[in-house]
Amino acid sequence: MRFVLNGNRVSLDVSGSRRLLDVLREELRLTGTKEGCGEGECGACSVLIDGEVVNSCLVAVGQVDGCRVVTVEGLALPDGKLSALQQAFIERGAAQCGICTPGMLLAAHALLEENPRPSEDEVRTGLAGNLCRCTGYTKIFDAVLACRR
Amino acid sequence: MPEVAYLQPRDLADAARLCRDTPDAKPLAGGTDLMVMLHAGTVRPRALVNLWSLRELQGIRHVDGALEIGAAEPYTGIIGSALVGEHCPALVAASRTIGAAQIQNRGTLGGNLANASPAGDTLPVLLAADAVVVTDRRAIAVADFFRGYRKTALGPGELIVAVRFPAAARGVRFRKVGTRAAQAISKVVIAVNREPARVALGSVAEVPLRARDAEAALARGDVEGAVTAVAADIRPIDDVRSTAAYRRAVAQNVLRDLLHASPRR
Repeated sequence: MRFVLNGNRVSLDVSGSRRLLDVLREELRLTGTKEGCGEGECGACSVLIDGEVVNSCLVAVGQVDGCRVVTVEGLALPDGKLSALQQAFIERGAAQCGICTPGMLLAAHALLEENPRPSEDEVRTGLAGNLCRCTGYTKIFDAVLACRR
Repeated sequence: MPEVAYLQPRDLADAARLCRDTPDAKPLAGGTDLMVMLHAGTVRPRALVNLWSLRELQGIRHVDGALEIGAAEPYTGIIGSALVGEHCPALVAASRTIGAAQIQNRGTLGGNLANASPAGDTLPVLLAADAVVVTDRRAIAVADFFRGYRKTALGPGELIVAVRFPAAARGVRFRKVGTRAAQAISKVVIAVNREPARVALGSVAEVPLRARDAEAALARGDVEGAVTAVAADIRPIDDVRSTAAYRRAVAQNVLRDLLHASPRR
């Protein structure tokens, strides 16, 4: 199977029924994508498939054949500089333990792509599928709101 | 864990053939239920048949005055559809309460039906709307679809292709009671219609069900009679999410509320 991962073509010989999450972490060694609950509740494993945010623990890797997949490793700019959203997370203190951060970034990225000027309510709704056990939501929302265009 | 084969059909006919001919195959759409069970080992199929990419299972259209939604159309498509907003606004409301963006991007009506969880959020709406499940073989009224705890009328290898909503679906009203607005499995879900009189509930029995005595009272215009009757129509249990007594009280209160908010036309 083939797909585009963070802008690069990948070709893999793995069973299509494995979880995208496991293939990303174990075969492709991209460990930025975290496993939280493994049940689609927490959003820690969020990635983008063709621009849409999904839980990679719920996707069979065969289903991304021919798709564009973006993980947290693919959010930085081509020259390696962090994206404005990543920078805002650092500046606003939006990461505590960090487990939810990659998923938060991807959900927020998808939200801002779809809606460049979300209200605070829309940010809360857009990130409702991402749980932060440190309960650092306020600073996370602040960071996303700071990136409105 | 023995490896589960992954089969990619070319089209719907190919998928139907694979599901029929492969022993112990499970159709896979958005994976929001099946991938969890697979990983936990609570289902152990020998093969997955991927339906996600089949165009014949996608899309939202008018067919002979009815609204038809492809079985693998995700909730995000339903939420964003002006056609669904016009024809069955309650389905848009129900879809918004399912998980959050990640789940709405992958969850489907076909999956909600096939999984047949008593807590499936769209299922009371489908019941109250007199929706019809279209499979690769036949059409099944949703009222005849749920046959027991997570049991459906689907035969071996039978695939859900679409769900049809008659014009009366427009009058359906919906309410979900859960612990929080997003990512919550419901304590009680209710959908009602006035014309024809329909009262359907989820999370209050082993199946999503229509409250027949409440419907009979509602058909006579007796709202308080319907509220009284619904308590005996349902069979709630105590579990981790709620208690039987709470569910019964909430079902009655929410039903009263919904019926007062949707007066007879």
